[in-house]
Amino acid sequence: MSFEPAKEPAIELVGIDKKFGAVHANKNINLTVAKGSIHGIIGENGAGKSTLMSILYGFYQADEGEIRISGKPVTIRDSQAAISSGIGMVHQHFMLVENFTVLENVMLGAEGGQLLRRGVASARKELKRLEADYGLDVDPDAVIEELPVGRQQRVEILKALYRGAEILILDEPTGVLTPPEADHLFKVLRVLRDQGKTIILITHKLREIMAITDTVSVMRRGEIVATRKTADTTVEELAELMVGRRVLLRVEKGEADPGKVLLSVKNLTVKDSRGVTMVDDVSFEVRAGEIVGIAGVAGNGQSELLEAIAGIRKPSSGEIIVNGQSIAGSDPAMLRALGLAHIPEDRHHMGLVLKFEEYENSILGYHRDRRYGGAMLDLDAIRKQAEEQIVKYDIRPPNARLKTANFSGGNQQKIVVAREIERDPDVLIIGQPTRGVDIGAIEFIHKRIIDTRDAGKAVLLVSVELDEIRSLSDRILVMFAGKVVGEKSGEAGEQTLGLMMAGIAA
Amino acid sequence: MSTASVPLPGWINYGVIPLINLALAFFFSGIVVWAIGENPFEALQLLLVGALGRGEGIGFTLFYTTSFIFTGLSVAVAIHSGLFNIGSEGQAYLGGLGAALVALSLDAYVPWYVTMPFAVIGAALFGAACAAIPAWLQAKRGSHVVITTIMFNFIVSSLMNYVLVHMLIVPGKMAPESRTFLPGGQLPKLDWLIAMFGGKLGAAPLNFSFLIALIMCFLVWVLIWRTKLGYEMRTLGISPSAASYAGIGYSKIVMITMLISGGLAGMMALNPVMGASARLQIEFVGGAGFVGIAVSLMGRNHPAGIVLSALLFGILYQGGAELSFDMPAITRDMIVVIQGMVILFAGALEYMLRPAIVRAYQQFARSPAGGR
Ligand SMILES: Nc1ncnc2c1ncn2[C@@H]1O[C@H](COP(=O)(O)OP(=O)(O)OP(=O)(O)O)[C@@H](O)[C@H]1O
Ligand SMILES: [Mg+2]
Repeated sequence: MSFEPAKEPAIELVGIDKKFGAVHANKNINLTVAKGSIHGIIGENGAGKSTLMSILYGFYQADEGEIRISGKPVTIRDSQAAISSGIGMVHQHFMLVENFTVLENVMLGAEGGQLLRRGVASARKELKRLEADYGLDVDPDAVIEELPVGRQQRVEILKALYRGAEILILDEPTGVLTPPEADHLFKVLRVLRDQGKTIILITHKLREIMAITDTVSVMRRGEIVATRKTADTTVEELAELMVGRRVLLRVEKGEADPGKVLLSVKNLTVKDSRGVTMVDDVSFEVRAGEIVGIAGVAGNGQSELLEAIAGIRKPSSGEIIVNGQSIAGSDPAMLRALGLAHIPEDRHHMGLVLKFEEYENSILGYHRDRRYGGAMLDLDAIRKQAEEQIVKYDIRPPNARLKTANFSGGNQQKIVVAREIERDPDVLIIGQPTRGVDIGAIEFIHKRIIDTRDAGKAVLLVSVELDEIRSLSDRILVMFAGKVVGEKSGEAGEQTLGLMMAGIAA
Repeated sequence: MSTASVPLPGWINYGVIPLINLALAFFFSGIVVWAIGENPFEALQLLLVGALGRGEGIGFTLFYTTSFIFTGLSVAVAIHSGLFNIGSEGQAYLGGLGAALVALSLDAYVPWYVTMPFAVIGAALFGAACAAIPAWLQAKRGSHVVITTIMFNFIVSSLMNYVLVHMLIVPGKMAPESRTFLPGGQLPKLDWLIAMFGGKLGAAPLNFSFLIALIMCFLVWVLIWRTKLGYEMRTLGISPSAASYAGIGYSKIVMITMLISGGLAGMMALNPVMGASARLQIEFVGGAGFVGIAVSLMGRNHPAGIVLSALLFGILYQGGAELSFDMPAITRDMIVVIQGMVILFAGALEYMLRPAIVRAYQQFARSPAGGR
C-alpha cells in the first residue's frame, strides 16, 4: 500500500489511434488512470473499448500514440510484454483451457522452470495466498469445464494476479455472471483496489459503474467523449453521453392479449450428458401474444430446457408441442420449418461460426431455405438480405463481408437477434438476449421482442437478468434445481422472485 | 499466449510465411547435401533443371503433380468437415481396381473418350467404397477415422494383392499385374500441352488425367464455397456445436464428406493406371496418398494452394530422381530426407517462425505510419 493519495497515474494513454481498414476504432485517445483506483469505461457496441484495451494488452499495436505505465513510456508488443509491465487482463470471452485444472490454467505459460513438479508446489502455495488475500476461493484441482462461469472468471483473475499484475483490465466481466456472483466479484475488486491495484472495468451496466468505479470515461465511435468522477454524475447523464440521445431506461409495453397456445411443454425431463437430471418434470404453456419469462440462477436447468425445446437436446421423457405438433424426433431444422426460432444463450458456442463472414452467419440454420438458392448458395440474395438486416439492426461496421470474429461482442449478438427475429417465427425462444449489448441496443432488442409478441407470436424468454425478465415478461416462471417452483405475474417484486430463485419460497 | 493471437494480413500468412519455410527447408537440405560432400548449389541446380529444364522433365513433374492434386484434394475436402482422412493411400489403391475393371471391360469396344467417363466414375466409386466403412464407423459409432482409415490402408493392400495375384494376373506371367489395356482403355498423353510451350514430352507419362485433376480443383472449390452442402461441411468443420444448433446432421455430413474424399482419392488412380502404365500394377500408389496430406496442409486446404504445393512436390519428386541419377552420392533415400524437410518446415513447423514474423511486421507496420 502506498501512502500517497491516489493521484500518481498508473496508466497514461497519449494520442492512441487505431484503424482497421476503413474502421477508425480508436481516435486520438487520451486517458489517465490513477493508481489504486477503479476506472470504468462505457460506450456503445463497437465504440472501441475492447480495441483500446487490446492495445494496452499488446494484442493490437496502435497506429499512433504512446502508453506510459507509472510514468514510463513502454512499448507493448504482445501479452508477454504486457504481463511484464504488470498488466493483466480478463477477456470478454474467457481464454482458459477447458480440460485443464484450475492450477494448470493458472500456471500455463508461467510454469517456472523445466521441471513441472517444483512449479506445481509453489504455484499451489501462491494460489492459496491469493485466495486468502482476495477472497478468490476456487478448488485448484477442479477441471475448468466443470466450473460455473463465475468460478471460471475467478480463475482468469487469479491467472493475472499470479503473474504479478498491478493493473487489471476486466472486459465486461459481469455479462455472464449471476447477481450474487457479480456482487462477489465487486467485493474482490474493492479489496484489490484497497491494496493498491489499479482496475479498468468495461461494462454496459451503468448500475455497476455507479456502484463500484471512482472515475468513468465514455467512449463513442472511437473517441472518449467525457470523463467524470463517478460521484459527480448520474445514470441518465452517462446514458445520454453514450448514445448521444435520451435513452428510455424502462421498457414500454401494453397489455398482453394472449391467444391460443403455441408452445406447450408437458412433464418434460431432460438429462445432461452425464445422466444428471437437469430439467425435472416441467410443464407450462406459452400462448400467442404473450411473453413468458423464465427466471432463475444460471445452471438451474434453463439452458437444457431451451436446448430441448430447440431440438438440440433429446428429452428423456415428456412432450413438447409447437404450433399444435409434437416435436418428438424433430431436429432443429424441422423445428425451424414449424415456425420456431431460437436465439441461443451462447452466441460463440452455437449462434455463430466466428470464422465465417457476417453474411454467412446471417443464414445459419435457415440456409436450406429456397430463397437462398437450390443446391448452390445464391450469394447475391444472401448478401442483399444480410445488408438489409445490418441497416435495420444498426450492426456496426455495416460490412457483410467482415469476419464475424471481428465484430464487437454486442454487434455479434445483434447479428443473431436479427437473423432469428427477421424470420417472423410463430414461437420465439430466447436465451440471454442482451448479454454484452449496449443500452441503446438493449432498448432496440427489447422493442423488437415486444413487437414480436404484439404481432401475435409466442415468446419464451430465459435470462439471468432479473430486471430484463421483469420488464419484458407477462408471466414469470421461476426455475430452481430443474423444477418450475412457481409462477408470478410480470409485476412480481424483485424480493419475491429472488427468494424463489434461491429455492427458499414458492 | 504472446504473439499467437496477433492477426496477420493474408499476403503474409499465405505468401511470405510459406516462402520463408520453403527457403529454410532448402537451406537445411543444402546442409545435408554439403555434409555428404556434394555442392548444394550444384545439387539445387540439378534438381531444378531436372524437374523444369526440358519438356520431358516438365512432363514427369506434372505427372507426379497430377497424382498429388487428387490426393491433396481428397485430404482437404475431409478437413473442411473437420475430418482427418489419412486413408487416401488405400482409397486410391482400390480406386485403381475400379478404373482397371472399366478399362478391361470396355477397351476392346470403344475409344478412350467413351471409356474415360466410366473410368472416372468407377475409380471414384471404388475409392468412395473404401472410405465408406470408416465413414460409417465414425458417423454412427464414433470410431475415429484417423484410426480406421489407416487400418483400411492395410486391408486394401492385402485385398489388392489377392486380386492381382489370383484374379487379374495374366496367365503364365510372373508379374502380379493386369494385362495391358488397349488404346480404348488408355488416357492420351498431353504432348500438345508441352508442345504449346515449345517443348517435347518425350517418354514422360503426363496424360489427360492432369486436366481431370484441374477440373476437380474447380469442382471442389465450387463444392466447398458455393454450395449449401459445402456450407454445412464448413460449419461442421469449424464449429460442431453451431452445426447442431443449425440442424446440420453430423452423420449425414460425415458420410457424404468421406465418400467425396474417398472418391477424389480413387480418381488419382486414373493417372498411373490408365495414363502411365496402361495396366493395374501392384503398389502403384507409391505413397502419393500420404504426400496428399502434406500437399493439403501446405496448400491451406484450398484448391489453388493445393495445385501449387502439388507442383512443388512434383518438382521434388522428378528433380530428386534426376539428382540422384546425376549425383550418385545422393541416393533415393536422401531425396526422401529432402522431401521430409519440406514437409517438416512447411507443414509441421508452419508456426515456428510466426512470432518473429509478427514482430517484424509490427515494426514495419508501425514505423512508416506511426508518429514516432
Ligand atoms: N480485427 C478487426 N478487424 C476489423 N475490424 C475490427 C477488428 N477488431 C475490431 N474491429 C472493429 O473495431 C470497432 C471497435 O470494436 P471493439 O471490439 O473495440 O468495440 P467495443 O467497444 O468493445 O464493443 P462491444 O461493447 O460490443 O464489445 C468495431 O467496429 C469492430 O467491428
Ligand atoms: Mg468489447
